[in-house]
Amino acid sequence: MSTAAAAASGGPVETAIRTKLTETLNPTELAITNDSWQHRHHHAMRETGGGNGETHFSIQVVSDAFAGKSMMQRHRMIYGALAEEMQQGLHALSLKTKTPEEVAKAAAAAPSA
Amino acid sequence: MFSRALQSSTRRAVLRPARVAPGMVLRRLLSDDIRQKLDTAVHAHPLVLFMKGEPAAPQCGFSRAVVQILDIHGVPESKMQTYDVLQDQQLRESIKEFSQWPTIPQLYVNGEFVGGCDIVLEMHQNGKLEELLEKNNIIEPVAAEAAAPSSA
Repeated sequence: MSTAAAAASGGPVETAIRTKLTETLNPTELAITNDSWQHRHHHAMRETGGGNGETHFSIQVVSDAFAGKSMMQRHRMIYGALAEEMQQGLHALSLKTKTPEEVAKAAAAAPSA
Repeated sequence: MFSRALQSSTRRAVLRPARVAPGMVLRRLLSDDIRQKLDTAVHAHPLVLFMKGEPAAPQCGFSRAVVQILDIHGVPESKMQTYDVLQDQQLRESIKEFSQWPTIPQLYVNGEFVGGCDIVLEMHQNGKLEELLEKNNIIEPVAAEAAAPSSA
């Protein structure tokens, strides 16, 4: 993907998430979804005038860096990488973390069509 | 109740700002007093949940999800204690420091931090939550099936 195309998708927070997680985790898969729109009327968001449109994200990461780590350790790695953003407008993250092995195993176990 | 207990000891500044290097997990200094109070609180009941709102009226979808999951497992009220962080800004900030976790809800079982909504949901789906609750005598283990029923 060209830099221009990458920059066009997503605002500064999403870009920061992508950059930092790519740097820290070297993921084979990284999917970031902006859920902020769904939460714009919620209490905390109303206090800040609906938020800046980059308050809630769902992130799915597949990375070898997670091997041998518990769910909590994996989540801490992500929160650690995004500490700055969490201090500012980023309010909540929904996280799904897997290693490439776990993804392969899940695919093998899934019932075939 | 919790907020009163916190306020009585916080005449001096509780949380002091710290400089944050990019990527560094923020570590402010939590006063020994507050740390002690939180430590006591998370050990005072087999299950402790820091949430937004209360079980009957959660104020956040993630908190509601955790409450619903605990309800599915039949966690009795006698074994759990919830704290509404929206009622107490100091609690809200200090529990994040204490757990080194940036978001609410936060579930503690037997004094140990289990995680937030994502973790509780995943553990619920893979059976590990039931295991944890049974192991800590929060819920009764489901009685083992009597000798396998012969085919119908």
